[in-house]
Amino acid sequence: MLDGNHAAAEGVRLSRAQVIAAYPITPQSPVTEKLSEFVERGELDAQYVAVESEHSALAVCTSASMVGARVFTATSAHGLAYMHEMLHWAAGARLPVVLACVNRAIGAPWSVLNDQQDSISQRDTGWIQIYARSNQEVLDSIVQAYRIAESVYVPVMVCYDGYVLSHTEMPVDVPTQENADRFLPAYKPHTILDPANPKNYNLVTLANPRVNAEGVLCHGYMELRYLLQEALQNSRETIIKVGQEFGELFGRSYSNVVWQYGLDDADVVIVAMGSLAMEATVAADMLREAGHKAGVLGLRVFRPFPKTDVAKALEKRRLVVVFDKNISYGSEGATCSEIKSTLYGSSTGAVMRNYIVGLGGRDVKAREMADAVSKSLLSMKDGDLNQEYPEWICAI
Amino acid sequence: MGTRDCQHICDESSPAIGEAGKTGDWRDAFPSIDDEKCIPAKQTKPACFLCWLYCPEAVVSKTVPIQIDMEYCKGCGICAEICPAHAITMISEESSSATEKG
Repeated sequence: MLDGNHAAAEGVRLSRAQVIAAYPITPQSPVTEKLSEFVERGELDAQYVAVESEHSALAVCTSASMVGARVFTATSAHGLAYMHEMLHWAAGARLPVVLACVNRAIGAPWSVLNDQQDSISQRDTGWIQIYARSNQEVLDSIVQAYRIAESVYVPVMVCYDGYVLSHTEMPVDVPTQENADRFLPAYKPHTILDPANPKNYNLVTLANPRVNAEGVLCHGYMELRYLLQEALQNSRETIIKVGQEFGELFGRSYSNVVWQYGLDDADVVIVAMGSLAMEATVAADMLREAGHKAGVLGLRVFRPFPKTDVAKALEKRRLVVVFDKNISYGSEGATCSEIKSTLYGSSTGAVMRNYIVGLGGRDVKAREMADAVSKSLLSMKDGDLNQEYPEWICAI
Repeated sequence: MGTRDCQHICDESSPAIGEAGKTGDWRDAFPSIDDEKCIPAKQTKPACFLCWLYCPEAVVSKTVPIQIDMEYCKGCGICAEICPAHAITMISEESSSATEKG
């Protein structure tokens, strides 16, 4: 039995991270405590760098990655916000940093409890984002994250819900080190700082391409940004391939970037991400008992957004209800926007509804989700097809 | 030809002359040296060289007389500011023809 934080630390140990720099913050702190124990006891051959802030933690990780080390950091909420600048830097420098984000609400007002506003707010920093729905997925996703990051040279954020997963014990199978080593080869940097071969990396880059001293046309800023977008676009295949190979070795396959529950004959689909999607399966069962053909589409990967997978899964449905544990103020939930964007121009005729739920640790009950779906079905019958803004499940 | 041929996936350069392109293109004023006033030129021996010391682009030579590499001089004017003999004048590129620049 392991809680999510311990599972994350085991994943890092199995991945043989060489440099760990992290600053403790609730609910992530036990990850850093466990990792420093591993290093102290000699169970993990790594440098544990005690830093004074999250910004420094990621600065240490990017620097260590530049000299060829496999690195890890973890944070939550305000800590992730404080890393914002360095998140862009790690992605722009194409460094395969792996970060565990233990999802927590952001103040004001102050909260230490769970929602997904922290990682969603970092959506556009160029990181791959994977959301775990169980503690087993936390461990497995960390190990896979290194394979993915070091194949496509894009940093990976493994996100899991604070408390719901981080502090809740579940049965977790911890692979053997031998098998982990078979799955994860040593890190091969694409570039490396080496005094014997001096290079400059990521200095002032001009708007236009430039011809260097050897007469080679080199990227300008836009070309480098294009390559990052291209890497994210192409990473879906790598994520799936790595997930399949993981399954072959460990018996737990991650062969898709989305997962489905009872979708085959469903005309009503609930969409959610992280642990919320597990709650949604209970809501779907309740709806089935009430005579509705309901199923769940769970998002495992948010960046790159799995456009083709989502479009295929939502073909020929009547109603799609998206639950978001985040809100883009003045618009709607982030996953809802993504799904609407994905479905534009597709043949789905589905009506869409968005509910904002579970902010700041508010408990989300399966019954509430089922009721929200029933309410959406009723409003459809009344001819209400387009919803301008999301509804909130709260006491206002 | 696109930029993929450089095979970089992040911004990368090597410390070498001309690595950032012909940065003299950036200039909108160029330094003109009056050897009648310039101390090493006047004394015909190595002296002063404050322009050499202060030039952020390292395009001033430590020779008698001094020479400025106009392919990479960005025209910042620091040499003109620092010269104790007021031997260097910044001249606008617009107000000068190519022949005047030599």
